[in-house]
Amino acid sequence: MGLTYQSTKATALKDTFQIKKNPGQYVIALAGNPNTGKSTVFNSLTGLRQHTGNWPGKTVVNARGEFSYNDDEFILVDLPGTYSLFSSSVEEEVARDFICFGNTDAVIVVVDATCLERNLNLVYQLMELTDKLVLCINLIDEAKSKKIEIDAKGLESELGIPVVLCAARSDIGISDLKAALYQVATGIIKPSTNVVYYEGPIEALLTKLNPILMKYAKNINPRWLALRIIDGDEKLIESIKDYITDEDLDNIEIILEENKLAYDKQALRDSIASTIYNKVEHVTKTYVKNSSKKVNRDRLIDNYITSKVFGIPLMLLTLALILWITISGANYPSSLLAKFFFGIEGKITIFFNYIQAPDWVHGVLVLGLYRTLVWVISVMLPPMAIFFPLFTILEDLGYLPRVAFNMDHLFKKACAHGKQCLTMCMGFGCNAAGIISCRIIDSPRERLIAILTNNFVPCNGRFPTLIAISTVFLVSRGKYGILPVLSVTGLVVIGIAITLLVSYLLSKTILKGIPSTFTLELPPYRIPRIGQVLYRSIIDRTIFVLWRAIIIAAPAGVITWIFGNIYIRDLGIIGHVAGFLNPAARLIGLDGFILMAFILGLPANEIVLPILLMSYLSTGSMIEFESIDSLRRILLDNGWTYLTALNTMLFCLLHWPCATSLLTIKKETASIKWTLLAALIPTGVAIIVCSITTLIFKLFGWG
Amino acid sequence: MLKLHNANVGSVVTVKDLTSTGLLRERMLALGLTKGAQVEVVRRGPSGDPTVFNIRGAMIALRNEEASMITIS
Repeated sequence: MGLTYQSTKATALKDTFQIKKNPGQYVIALAGNPNTGKSTVFNSLTGLRQHTGNWPGKTVVNARGEFSYNDDEFILVDLPGTYSLFSSSVEEEVARDFICFGNTDAVIVVVDATCLERNLNLVYQLMELTDKLVLCINLIDEAKSKKIEIDAKGLESELGIPVVLCAARSDIGISDLKAALYQVATGIIKPSTNVVYYEGPIEALLTKLNPILMKYAKNINPRWLALRIIDGDEKLIESIKDYITDEDLDNIEIILEENKLAYDKQALRDSIASTIYNKVEHVTKTYVKNSSKKVNRDRLIDNYITSKVFGIPLMLLTLALILWITISGANYPSSLLAKFFFGIEGKITIFFNYIQAPDWVHGVLVLGLYRTLVWVISVMLPPMAIFFPLFTILEDLGYLPRVAFNMDHLFKKACAHGKQCLTMCMGFGCNAAGIISCRIIDSPRERLIAILTNNFVPCNGRFPTLIAISTVFLVSRGKYGILPVLSVTGLVVIGIAITLLVSYLLSKTILKGIPSTFTLELPPYRIPRIGQVLYRSIIDRTIFVLWRAIIIAAPAGVITWIFGNIYIRDLGIIGHVAGFLNPAARLIGLDGFILMAFILGLPANEIVLPILLMSYLSTGSMIEFESIDSLRRILLDNGWTYLTALNTMLFCLLHWPCATSLLTIKKETASIKWTLLAALIPTGVAIIVCSITTLIFKLFGWG
Repeated sequence: MLKLHNANVGSVVTVKDLTSTGLLRERMLALGLTKGAQVEVVRRGPSGDPTVFNIRGAMIALRNEEASMITIS
């Protein structure tokens, strides 16, 4: 599941381990490997009624949802996707602690039918932890088309837990899953898990510890606890000390001292992992029949998508194509919306005249508030409503990990993490979400680099500005809007290049270090479900972002209009401020109004252009802008040149992050210093780049 | 000693041991890189690194630095 904008609403993790429930309510945890369609199962069970109180784990948003079955209520909690429960990462710890210390009544473990061997590892680990387990083998439709046959009944008796075959995206098997879950959670069925048996000495030690830990069996599985005590999981032992009496702790200590195992911790962990995987290998061989021929569709696609020759060009082409569809598709609805809303403005003005409202009321409400809102909606809504679904399709297809794979060598050269690329992809939607997604990077050094540079990817709040300016200045020069597409694509490439450069410089200066480890799973390609795509991209992303823009734009419009119309001597306040900023702005090829708009746009980048237009208009040259085309006239009348357009776009791409991003950085890094740097670095870069272009233009006499 | 990053594309090799430690070792074990596991070398990235491996039915990309911590036979 991709990040949603709900993820910016962080809540403390530990608090949510205990979920409030009433009698007749059951708490169900949903566990599984990443990319097994866990969230599809979640949505299928809950009927898309996602709880608004989503809580973020580490990488993904962990949604909560509810459904009822046989008059009982089930609260479903989506845990982070993990490969294992050995707390080698925060996701694993969250998932494990939730199952361990949360008040779950049952756990659904979702596995990928096409990759059962790797997935069953987690199932066996979960079986040690709890016996209230239901195995949901998802993506059974994909397995069928890959000619993989799974003997569910055989697996059920082998594992000792209910097994349900599902294709959650077509709702196949979901009612069976609910039925099995109901029986396990209510205790009608008591699964007896057939856990893995380890090498002799380990089992002997487990038997010795068992009598002591049996006393705590009500709270925690004694065998699992004994295993963690043997393999010395310090964090876990620390957190269970409160539950176990001192006397028992001493006795455990004595047993461990008397029965020292011949292996060290590492060898022990190896042995445990090998034993589980050997078992899994055997189980898969027995119950899974794979009769597919060796030619694999995904590999054929990957021959091109990740090829040496086509990989990177295809990526740029995809980006350009998306932008082309967005720009050419958004143009007409944008002007239609603008016409519609400005038509209404005329009617409102007539009404204001009719009730003889004072001029300033009309100014504040219509010329300030209404016009800004109209601008934000008509310019932002169409591109977002096109861009986000397209982007979500790419996300669902499984294209993004391929992008990370193709780009990894560049990030490695920049001493950054390969997954930084994925966080940048998230940044395309919203930098705040991109910054949160940096949690997928384990190494703190590389996570900081990713956080500090995320802003160089233009978010959707800045895309409309880039698209609008490039369209205004270039659309008449090329057919079918090719030039604006190329220029925005070029800007994105510049943003990526600067990300790499700044990452490299940070790695060589204040964030010295070598790249850490990198393991990236390339999931199978999946055909996106259009309904899901539209729901997620329109409701979750477009509406969320647009709403945020609207609530910030409304007061900003009012304030800008007031400041533009309070005169000190013969100039509005805005004119004075712009005049003050003008000399500095000229040095970087902008003007005072543009710089002021960027400064006032700190709360949200979406409002930069509307503020700029209002400021220009408030100084006397009152042109009605009924369509997007009149934008060009306003800008040209205020002395814009190609340099102004280029530098405004560059400044927009590179300048300081918006307030939401900065607050998110503050939250994620818990440091004023890094937050400050996150603001200063882009600002510095923007000033340097714009000074260079200004200098070049002046040298060649273009500007 | 043969290391995974030296294995040819298209070959299927058997994991002998891991030289990684700590978190990375734990991650590798979780992915199924245990002693005796079969790994297929699927393809190399645009600049020859990272490389995609078929590990227990999943496509996993590893950088050369990580693959060199896996001894094979």
